[in-house]
This record gives sequence, C-alpha cells and structure tokens, in this order.
Amino acid sequence: MMNLSRSVALISLFLLPLLSFSFSVDSPTDRRVLVLLDDLSLKSSHSIFFNTLKSRGFDLDFKLAEDSKLALQRYGQYLYDGLIIFAPSTERLGGSLDSKSIADFVDSGRDLILSADTSASDLIRGIATECGVDFDEDSSAMVIDHTSFSVSDVDGDHTLIAADDLVKSDVLLGKTKIEAPVLFKGVAHSLNPTNNLVLKVLSASPSAYSANPSSKLSNPPQLTGSAISLVSVMQARNNARVVISGSLQLFSDRLFRSGVQKAGSPNNYEKSGNEQFATELSKWVFHERGHLKAGSLVHHRVGETDEPAIYRIKDDLEFSVEIFEWSGKSWEPYVADDVQVQFYMMSPYVLKTLSTDKKGLFHTSFKVPDVYGVFQFKVEYEKLGYTTLSLSKQIPVRPYRHNEYERFIPTAYPYYGACFTTMAGFFVFSFVYLYHK
Amino acid sequence: MGGKQDSANATAKSESMATKANPDLLNSFSFKSLKLKTKQQELLIRVSILGLVYVLAFIARLFSVLRYESMIHEFDPYFNYRTTLFLTEKGFYEFWNWFDSESWYPLGRIIGGTLYPGLMVTAALIYWTLRFLRFFVHIREVCVLTAPFFASNTTLVAYFFGKEIWDTGAGLVAAALIAICPGYISRSVAGSYDNEAVAIFALLLTFYLFVKAVNTGSLAWALGSAFGYFYMVSAWGGYVFIINLIPLYVLVLLITGRYSMRLYIAYNCMYILGMLLAMQIRFVGFQHVQSGEHMGAMGVFLLMQVFYFLDWVKYQLNDTKLFQTFLKITVTSAVLVGSIALGVGTASGYISPWTGRFYSLLDPTYAKDHIPIIASVSEHQPTAWSSFMFDYHILLFLFPAGLYFCFKRLSDATIFIVMYGLTSLYFAGVMVRLILVATPAVCLISAIAVSATVKNLTSLLRTKQKVPLAGSTKGAGSSKASSKVSLDQSQPFQKNGAIALLLGVFYLLSRYAIHCTWVTSEAYSSPSIVLAARGAHGNRIIFDDYREAYYWLRQNTPTDAKIMSWWDYGYQITAMGNRTVIVDNNTWNNTHIATVGRAMSSYEDEAYDIMRSLDVNYVLVVFGGVTGYSSDDINKFLWMVRIGGGVFPVIKEPDYLVNGEFRVDKGASPKMLNCLMYKLCYYRFGELVTEYGKPSGYDRARGVEIGNKDIKLEHLEEAYTTSNWIVRIYRVKPPTNRL
Repeated sequence: MMNLSRSVALISLFLLPLLSFSFSVDSPTDRRVLVLLDDLSLKSSHSIFFNTLKSRGFDLDFKLAEDSKLALQRYGQYLYDGLIIFAPSTERLGGSLDSKSIADFVDSGRDLILSADTSASDLIRGIATECGVDFDEDSSAMVIDHTSFSVSDVDGDHTLIAADDLVKSDVLLGKTKIEAPVLFKGVAHSLNPTNNLVLKVLSASPSAYSANPSSKLSNPPQLTGSAISLVSVMQARNNARVVISGSLQLFSDRLFRSGVQKAGSPNNYEKSGNEQFATELSKWVFHERGHLKAGSLVHHRVGETDEPAIYRIKDDLEFSVEIFEWSGKSWEPYVADDVQVQFYMMSPYVLKTLSTDKKGLFHTSFKVPDVYGVFQFKVEYEKLGYTTLSLSKQIPVRPYRHNEYERFIPTAYPYYGACFTTMAGFFVFSFVYLYHK
Repeated sequence: MGGKQDSANATAKSESMATKANPDLLNSFSFKSLKLKTKQQELLIRVSILGLVYVLAFIARLFSVLRYESMIHEFDPYFNYRTTLFLTEKGFYEFWNWFDSESWYPLGRIIGGTLYPGLMVTAALIYWTLRFLRFFVHIREVCVLTAPFFASNTTLVAYFFGKEIWDTGAGLVAAALIAICPGYISRSVAGSYDNEAVAIFALLLTFYLFVKAVNTGSLAWALGSAFGYFYMVSAWGGYVFIINLIPLYVLVLLITGRYSMRLYIAYNCMYILGMLLAMQIRFVGFQHVQSGEHMGAMGVFLLMQVFYFLDWVKYQLNDTKLFQTFLKITVTSAVLVGSIALGVGTASGYISPWTGRFYSLLDPTYAKDHIPIIASVSEHQPTAWSSFMFDYHILLFLFPAGLYFCFKRLSDATIFIVMYGLTSLYFAGVMVRLILVATPAVCLISAIAVSATVKNLTSLLRTKQKVPLAGSTKGAGSSKASSKVSLDQSQPFQKNGAIALLLGVFYLLSRYAIHCTWVTSEAYSSPSIVLAARGAHGNRIIFDDYREAYYWLRQNTPTDAKIMSWWDYGYQITAMGNRTVIVDNNTWNNTHIATVGRAMSSYEDEAYDIMRSLDVNYVLVVFGGVTGYSSDDINKFLWMVRIGGGVFPVIKEPDYLVNGEFRVDKGASPKMLNCLMYKLCYYRFGELVTEYGKPSGYDRARGVEIGNKDIKLEHLEEAYTTSNWIVRIYRVKPPTNRL
C-alpha cells in the first residue's frame, strides 16, 4: 500500500512538467500551436510572423492541411492549445478534421487564427460562418478601394488597401499606437448581425466595396463601405478567442517589410503597420493579454467574517471579489473603476460599483433591500478585449422572524393602556358587585 | 326535547321487557336482575356499536395501504408531509418562521405565514406522543394514518351531534353512516394527508359544541365551541363557512323570534373568543376584522347587542307604543350606522373586498369568466349529478325525508342542521370538493330519517304484538304510544306493511354499505402518484413513473437545480425530488404561474428566453400518450394558455384551436404543433408504435396520430424519460458558445 502510493506520487512528479504544458487556468497563455498550411512554402514566406511567435515561447507544429495524419485530439485530450489555419484554398482537411471538429476545438476553450484569401474554399467559409463571420459569396471578389489604397498600387486595380480604421482598444492591439496603415489584400467579410460576440478590428473605409477587380461591375456590390470588415475577432462565451482575417498576405514577410503610403496622404512610412498589428493581435488571441481571473464571491454581514446561509431583509452586508489580470507571465492585480455587483432577483435590486484596493480586491457594502426572495450576487464584467467575467452566487433573503419585530411601539401605548385599565376595571367591578350591599 | 323522547323510549323498552318476562316465572330471578340493568344494557350496546363504528371507520380507510403501500397521496399532501417533517426535525419556532427558498423561485415563500398549521401540528403532536410512549414510528406512518384516525373521531362527534339534535338512535345511525360515506372517505383514506382530514372533524366539533351551547346556554360549551373554531381555523380555509353559517343561523333565529338568552351567550362568547383565537394564526391574522367575508359575523354580533338593548328597554318601558317608536328609531339608526361603517371601511380599503374564491362559491360562473386559475382546478368544477349519486348513494333520498322530520319537530338544533344541510348542499353543487363539507350534514339528516322511520315502524310492530297479549299495557304506556296504537288499529295489514318497510330499509342500508365498500376500494383508494391499470389478461399493471422521475431528479441533478413544470407537480418535486421549483400548488402568485404558462405555450426560442430569465435548469412535463393516461399536460394545456393569456395578452387561445376545437393531430393549428409543450411531450414520439395496428406516433390518451412527428429541439435536450413515458424531463442547454 505504502509502496503503491509512493510510486503514484513519483509518477505524478514525473508527469507534473508535462501536465503544466497544457492549457490551464493558472497560466492561460497558449503553448502548443498547430499551424495548418496548404503549401509548405508559406512557412518561409510568412517566417517573420511565425518567428515572433516562436520567440515568445510558442511551440509551433507545422502541418499540411491535407495531411492524412492530422489529429487535434488523442484519447480525448487535445494535443494543441491553439490553431492557425493558413490554408485558404484547402477543400478538405486531412485526418478526421472538418469544420465541426474545428468548432468543437473552439468550444473547448482553445484559440484559432483563421485566414482566408481570394478564392477561399467552402471549408474555410464554413468555419468562419461558425464563428459569426460571413465572407463574400462571390469567390472571386476582393476588397477594392479607390481612395485609400496603397500608393504602390496606384496603377493596379486598387486592391492593396492601406487600412487605418482600427478598433480603439489597448487590450486588443497593445498600448503603442499603430501609426502606419495596415496593408490588406484579400476578401471582404461581414459580421453576422445576430452575433454580438464578434467585432471588427480592422474595417474598410467608407469608400471600399467588394467585387471582382478583373471584370466589369454589372450589379451594385453587396458589401460596401464600413460594413466590410477586413479583420475580425470573436471571443466566445467560454473565452476562446478567434481571429479571422480576409487576407493571408497581411501576415506575409513581404507586406511586413514593405513601406506604405496611403493614397492622398502625405505621410510616407518606412514600414507598414502589419507586423505590429499581427503581433499584437496574436498576443491577444493566445491569451497573453486581456485575460482576467476572479476569485470566488465573498460576502458576509458587517462585523462578521463567515458567510451566512441566509440574509434577513435590511441586513448590512459586505461584498468582495478578487480579480487578477494575466500579464503573460504572472497574475497581476487588476485595476479598474467600473466593476459592478448586482444584487439580483429577476432584476437588479442593488447595483453598486466596486472600489478596489489596487491589490486585486474589489469590495463594497450595502444594505439588503426590503424584499425577500432568492437573490444572487452577480458580477457580469464584459469589457472590450478582456475575457468575460460572469460570476453569480445564490443567497436567499428571509423576512423578519416573529421575535425580530419591535416589541413595544409608541403608537400602541393607548391600546396597552386600554388593556390594563379594562382589566383593572373588571377586577374592581367584580369586587364591588360581589361584596357590595 | 331530545331528552324527553329518550326517556319515553326507554320506558317503552323496559315495558316490553316486562311483558316478555312476566309469564316466565322460572327465570324470573335472572330476568329481574336483567331488568334492573336495562339502562346499562342499552349503554353497553350503544358503546359497543360506537366502538365498532369507530374501528370500522378506521379500517375502511386502509384499502389504499393494502392495495399499494403506506404512502402519501396526490399533490397537496406532499407539501403537508414536507412541512410536518420540517416541524418534527426543526421544532415549532423554526417552522413558524420558515422561509422556503426551494419553491416559487426566485420569490420564495414564507411557509410559516401562508399555511394552516393545524394539520402539521396535530401530526407532530401525535408523533411526539407516540415517541414519548416509546413507540418509535416514522413520521410518514403518522401522516398516513392521521386522516383515518380523525375520521374515526368524527364518527364520535357525529354520534353526539345526532344525539343533541334528535336522539341517541339518530346519533348511532349518523355515526355509522358517516363512518363509511364515500363523500367523506374520498378525502380521508390512509395517505390522504390533507387539511380536510382534520378539518371535517373540527368543523363538526365546532357545530356540535355551538348547538350544545345554544341548547344549554352554557358559557362552558360556548368556550368549547370557540376552541373548536380555533382548531378549525388553524386547520383549513373552510373555516369561512363556519364564520358565515353561524351568524346566518343566529340571524334566522332572530327573525323567527327564537331569540333567547341562551343564544346570546352562545354566540357572543363563541364569536369574540373564536375571533381572538383565530387571530393567532398568522395566515388568518386580522382578516376577522378586515375582510369582507368575515363582516357578516361582526354585523350579527352588533345586531345581537341591539336586540339585547331593545329587550332591556322594553322591560324598562312597559309602554308598547313608545317602545314601537323607539324600536323603529334604534333599528334604523343601527342599520344606518352599520352600513355607513361598512361603506367607509370598504372605500378606504380597510375592509378588503371578497376574494375570488368566495365569489366563485356564490356565483358558479364567476371563476370561469374571471379567474382561470381557480376554474382550472378539477376539484373546483361544478358537481355532476352522477358524483352526488356516487358519493351519497341512498343518502340522497333519505336527505329530504330527514328534512321532513326536522321540520316536523322544529327546534333550535334542527333549524341549525337544516340550515347547515341546505347551504352546504348548495356549495357542494358549485364545487366538487365541497361535497365533503356537506357530507356530515347529509349523514346527520339522513340518520334522522332512518332513525325516525325505523323507530316508528318498530314501535308499530311492537304495539301490534302487545294488543292481543294484554290490553293493560295501553294504560301504562305513554300517551303518545297509546294514541298511536289506537290510530294504527284502524289500518289493515299494518304489521306486514311495517315488516316490508323495515326489510326495505335494511335492504337499502345494506346496499349502502356494499356501495361504500366498493367505492372505497375501487375509486378512492388510489394514491394517484402510483397509477394502476388492468392489463389485457386482467392482471394489474402498476405505473410508478412519477416517483421514478422524482428520484431521478434527486439523484442526478445539481442540488440547486431549478425545475420548471406546470404547478400541479410543484409540491411533489420539492417533497420527493428535493429540488427548487418555479411554481407549485400553492397558487399564490398568478403572474408567476402565468409566466410558466406563457413559456409552455410559446415557441421554443421565446420560451428559452423566459426560462433563462427564471434560471430554469430542467423542464418536466407529464405525458400520457403512451399509457393512455388522460390527466397529462397536453389535456391541461388549454388552461396554461388561458392562465398565461390572462396576464400576457400575446398568448391567445384561438391560436391553439382549430374551429374552436383542441386537437393534436395533423389538423392542429401550427402554433399548437410547434409550441414548447407540444414539442416536449411528443419529442421522439413519432418513432414509437404504441398500439398494434396503428401508425407510429399514435397518441393513446387522445386516440389520434400526432401531427408533428419530426420534432427537433434547439435549446433543450432530453435528460430523462420514465419507463412508461409518463414523466419526461428536459435539460435547458446553456447559451451557445459562439453565438
């Protein structure tokens, strides 16, 4: 028995470093990433992007998309924490992979970078649709913009776009502002209007439209203006993150290195914003940034420390929750002034902004409303770029007990008086009636 | 009056004994000793009959335990059982202050303040007593047997009541009749652990003590009656019947000129003390002074004082003319002041108006038009003639005969029983469940009929015997008997006729006993939580699906899971499944029930939003299509639509009907075929062949092939379906990850 437990401990000791490689709550940053390519030459043509990932400690596993040995899981365990699909033209994935298994991969809380390009296959479109993004149905269409194209494309068909309409979020795109426009050449997509988890990171200018550049425009284009999204992100409810780009070239060494000047703009940049944009976005998508974690919700009556099983109406209570942010290496206290708690029963009866001690602890105190029922402490924190915090804890609130009311109230004194005078009067009356005569 | 009749009867009996004994000189000694003991003999017979009736009343109610097992029946008893369990485990103060967060999620329910604690306290007291006597029984056994025990006690009260109204004979017959009357058994079989189980005892006790108080004018009996009333108030909401019937009775006595000091004492003591005691019940609180239903009693109380005052003035004045004017002035001003006070009270909201239930009692059509939630309950339906016949059998014929006897010998007591009988019979016609309230009155009045008839007939027989034997008895007999004899002598065949009539009466009574036994064993002993059916070969098939489902919930769902079902099953889910429910049988919040009704009758995606807002984890539906069980959720569905539509006008009943017809087959309305309830009931049912020679998806409860066989669920998934498909449980999926 002793031996057995000792050997189990030994085995687990050996396993420990292996286990720690997998995605865990303690260290949310991805480690192992599978890169699916439709041509191995992409490995060299997009080497800068891949190398930045490698230098940040990612373990990249390059595979051909049609490789018959492809597998995301083995024995029910996922082999990878992230997935990069740079295979826009692949019609069928190798192995047992299909769009559903990719969706399941995302639903298991893992991350995905998907890049389409002109003539994207139905498979890629299908995966994108699963993530709330619809690529232009016309497979030969590209994004064309006759006003904000790159000057290097001045004689061409204006499909190399210098886009600078970036989402304003430090969490998504890093603290340093991306000065240079991002060069984009590829297919347009739009967001599914019923899906509120997906958002545009890089949108086209109002003058852009989506059409086949080599043929004459016979019908008005279906996608126009800033409805066109060039690069979008989606954060699922389980905080799996997805980046969908309409252009594979955006990540290429060529566009990383090329200079950029937007048509009609005097600013000429040595280097396009592509590298910074792609790197910062990959930091976000692989949970190096913007990942929050909350401890459990703690509440108790003022002056006590233990959590009660039930509150009484009008009790004073203290509420606190710890929130930390992942810096890429360690958990740092999260600092914000907009975290709120609801005391909720079908609708919030109390809504309070929590104050923080800058060490990760958010706290407040309030009075339980004069309503009994089954309440919930709810912290619903949805901030652009950050993982969603959705915490709730149920707590019943009871009315007063029979002996918690005031025993004597001043307004009732006449009644008390009446009661006692009647009693005394009755006594006197009985006495007089019985013994007088 | 009763006493007089009694003694006359006794002398007649002893007389007949004497006539028989006299010729037999040899045994004269032993007969002499017997003669001395006739009264004791009678007492012995009376006591043994009562004892037998007492036992009979108990064992007749044990069919359910023998047929099934010692278990709690139906819906409400499960709540009562759960609360009793809580009371015995946590003690009275915890029970009194109990806030239950497991029902009516998320509103919760203050159980201590919204129930009638009489039943639970009674059972707990029996339980503690038994434990004190070192009988270690389980609380469930106590709960199961509470109703039969109190039914036995009711027979005793019926005996004394009958004795008070008429004579001991009528009392004995009343005890025997009420012991096995189906109208009472239906609510008091073993396991039917409901408020009515003790309430009928309390009701009859209160009435008996009050009549006794009116007859004797004794404060002690009136006090006893007040305590009886307190027990009744603590046990059942039907106490409103008492607090209205007694004032009405007093009013009738006042109008018919039967006002007396006895009545004054009895009513004042009973009303004032009863009211003060009733206020101690949290659920009732200040209703006695604030609610419209109780104002009649207060009005009569004040009227009583005016009467007393007038009596006094009349005594003082000695001048009829002056008194007449005084009378007019006082009565008008008293009525005026009373009505002004009532008007002001109602207008200011101090006196609450009558509740819907009360209205629906007075006007049978009211609930149907205004309060669907009351009309939807099957036991609130108007009574069919057949169920009167079923529950009363020969009492239905004996009742008018008894009324005849009562009117023939009118007294304060008989007026009471006549009024009780007539009013309660009217209410029994309005609502099926109120047959129960009428049963004691019907039994008592019928007992008077039986007893009086039998007594007349036997005395007829006896006097016929006596006439040829010795004419001397005529003089010794009471004047009443002799007049009867002289009258009877003029009619031919009276002996034969009397024998035939007696035989007829006994035949009827034996048929009654057979009928009652049959009804009890066949109809009223089903726990309704376990269903029984006859198989093709006459064998009994037991469907235990309900308990299967509830135990599944208990074992397989998270402890804080919220279950949504139609309110009928709420009590059972909390008691047996130990899970939180959204609505239950305590229908205190119509809006909440309507929300559930709306969810059930909406399309799945709309229903999903409602269920999410109520944090529902599981949905439970009851479906009888496989077994042919007809009281399932599809048959209740129109009520869900009506109750839901009553609060949320987006739900419209005509959307679910086709030409005013409710159907589930291909001709059903599209909304019906796609609403949540339909989908949950018939999910995967299209693949199933239920009956040989019928197409798949043949609904045996409604006898049709269903109209939508290809049901896809988007936001719910099947979690569990019981072996006979009677209960189906679905899990509500979390929102999709990427949308």
